[in-house]
Amino acid sequence: MQLKVERRLEVPGWMSLLAIIVAVIAALFIGGILLAYGGLNPVVAYKQMFKIAFTDKYSLSDTLVKATPLLLASLGVTVAFRMKLWNIGAEGQLLIGAWGATLVALFLLPKDTSRPVMLLVMVIAGFIGGGLWGLIPGVLKAYLNVNEIITSLMLTYVAVFFNNYFIYGPWSAGGFGLTAQFPKSAWFPRLLDYADPYPYFRGMTAHTGFLLGVLVAFILYALFKRSQWGYKTKLIGDNPNAARFAGINIRRQIMLAFLISGGLAGLAGMSEVAGVVHRLQESFSPGYGFTAIIVAWLANLNPLLVIIVAYLFGGLLVGGDAIQPAGIPLMIQGIIMFCVISASLLTRYRVRFVRKDKVIST
Amino acid sequence: MKKRTLWTLLVAMTALLFLLAACGGGQAEEAPAEEPAPAEEEMPAEEAPAEEEMPAEEEAAGGETLTVQGFAGEQTVTIPTVEEGMTNVAFVYVGPIGDGGWTYAHNQGRLYLEENGDNIHTAYLESIPEGADAERVIRSLARQGFDVIFTTSFGYMDPTATVAEEFPDTAFIHLTGQKKNDTNFGNVMGAMEDMKYLAGMVAGAKAAEDGSNRVGIIAPFPIAEVIRLSNAAALGMRQTCPECEMDIRWIFTWFDPVLEREAAESLLDDGATVIITGADTPGPVQAAGDRGFTGLAYDSDNACVGLEDVCLGVPYWIWGPVYLDIVEQVQAGTWVPEDFYGEASDGMLGFFGFMEGQEPYPSVPESVIPEVQDMLDKMLAGDFTRFDIFTGPINDNQGNVVIPEGTTLTQSDLEGLSQGYMDAFGIEGREACTICMDYLVEGFTPTAEIPPLD
Repeated sequence: MQLKVERRLEVPGWMSLLAIIVAVIAALFIGGILLAYGGLNPVVAYKQMFKIAFTDKYSLSDTLVKATPLLLASLGVTVAFRMKLWNIGAEGQLLIGAWGATLVALFLLPKDTSRPVMLLVMVIAGFIGGGLWGLIPGVLKAYLNVNEIITSLMLTYVAVFFNNYFIYGPWSAGGFGLTAQFPKSAWFPRLLDYADPYPYFRGMTAHTGFLLGVLVAFILYALFKRSQWGYKTKLIGDNPNAARFAGINIRRQIMLAFLISGGLAGLAGMSEVAGVVHRLQESFSPGYGFTAIIVAWLANLNPLLVIIVAYLFGGLLVGGDAIQPAGIPLMIQGIIMFCVISASLLTRYRVRFVRKDKVIST
Repeated sequence: MKKRTLWTLLVAMTALLFLLAACGGGQAEEAPAEEPAPAEEEMPAEEAPAEEEMPAEEEAAGGETLTVQGFAGEQTVTIPTVEEGMTNVAFVYVGPIGDGGWTYAHNQGRLYLEENGDNIHTAYLESIPEGADAERVIRSLARQGFDVIFTTSFGYMDPTATVAEEFPDTAFIHLTGQKKNDTNFGNVMGAMEDMKYLAGMVAGAKAAEDGSNRVGIIAPFPIAEVIRLSNAAALGMRQTCPECEMDIRWIFTWFDPVLEREAAESLLDDGATVIITGADTPGPVQAAGDRGFTGLAYDSDNACVGLEDVCLGVPYWIWGPVYLDIVEQVQAGTWVPEDFYGEASDGMLGFFGFMEGQEPYPSVPESVIPEVQDMLDKMLAGDFTRFDIFTGPINDNQGNVVIPEGTTLTQSDLEGLSQGYMDAFGIEGREACTICMDYLVEGFTPTAEIPPLD
């Protein structure tokens, strides 16, 4: 007897959905057992997590805040993944995007620049920063066929130290690991900014970054569906040889995909510093770029589904604060991811037990 | 066909489920039943003393240990919520409560508050990153109805200030910063320089006994707080050993077991025989011990557990009484936000080995014990304070006079509140410093320097 993993020829849509539901239920069940060991009633704990993440207007706003960087970074990841380019360095591209936006907000433009101009230049700088960082593995892949998984991942750590050099060195405020605060013109408008005319928005911190993310999602969706570029990326992803015979310049497409992928991740970083932190700071991202990979995967690389999945994941992160110590929600998140990914794998591939002699003969 | 694939899926999931459940059960059973000492987290397995009953395999599990310990102790998994009819106090921590250092000491303070206060319910949120999550988390606590919220790291300053403005009926207390308002937002810090002065005294005496006349200090960041504490240690060292010199290593982190140890080894390589650490783990003390030398740890009273033979003392924080005092004032409606900077006489500082009910560690030179004890008693009585430590004449390590004879530093001087610093963080209502904390005092080797920021 031997275990054989083989690809399914067809994956029915209902099965993907069912797999995810079963996986989440299984994960909550496993997490529940562990919670019970800790002396906490799992039902009470889950209720609290849900309450913190999804029930009132404030928690919905908090969840939006958390979902924003996930959304933008997963859209970036999606672009690369559709071409089967495994850009897993979105975290690093996000950090450099934030660096670019900080450069503009604190050093390139004067404090009294009008808000639209300031934010627009920051958006561009964030995109270019992340894009150039993404282009490094892109160029290496296109010209030297260097494995992009390794280069993009490793560049993430380079990005961490690159940023740390600036925030502890030339840009540091008083030697602490952070820069001075951005001028108000470099803050994304938040709901609470409108609390004076609309008291309903008091204390709600959801910011423009989410709208930017939704806008990007729709643009990408349209491009994937209708544009020549969208078709090319899909063709290269599905069958590179066919693409080459069709006369597509694969090198250029690879680099373009990395540029856009990194650029969008960079936008996530820009949106986080302009919308939430208002300065560049050490470890301001708790790994959004990595979580974004899972979000993109769960959304089946569909930009519109990414919006929904990013929002649900945002809720999971926010709800995590409902249980202490912090290791517990992290563990539950880990179990959910593990189960969902296993389920996703099992819908794409089939595990069969086959007789050994049969395998040899085929 | 479809049915079969679905079945395969379900079987696989179930198998997975049982596998994981079994792992979980196994871990929980293996964990020691008694209350474990969190300081062990940072201790390599081979050094764990036998009586701790901590099997080496548990240590090897690394990151998992914390979770397992939590399960073994009395109920440690909690939901931070308010309790009706009580004074609800929440704490936001930058690290895990099991860090055996900064956050551990704050959590001890929280437990003290719960135990000794009247009608007080506490909750905490640990490992909250400064910046991105802090404002959301603090606001969420205020919204839930907590009456007092302590935020215990410098990076929470602006987020706390922002949320304090939105919730005028909630009291906010930030630690290690300088911002406050007139109604509901104050800050708290303590004169750890006193205890570092004592650490310097012990270290100097030991270095003289070793014959090396050289002490090494590990400095996390070139910020005023760290410079002040390091200077106090050097001044203390010169009290007991006028010939001694102090060497320094900047490591640019509060917590990095590997880097802290490497810094200690570098200091030892250059001839130091006593290490004082300003970072969180006791690794440097251990590194000194491995070469037959000694060191002083930092932050919490349990920092040298298991290192008794090679440890000379621990300057540590006692947050409980300060917390209790503030919360009781809030309960009585008399609390007024202030820049609270506690002294040894306020009961918020300790030097392990010399406090009431403690014995000096065996490696502390006999001859210096009365002198240190006497100084500590003066500090606890309020007769010797941070201002006495920083009274001229004091030169820098290049021989230039920085504090002239008869001059005493102001609070702003001690905190290094330069105009640029206050502008960068938007701090208002404080005097700017005139002799700002940006020098290393005489006692440091002439080559020691504060790394420039650019």
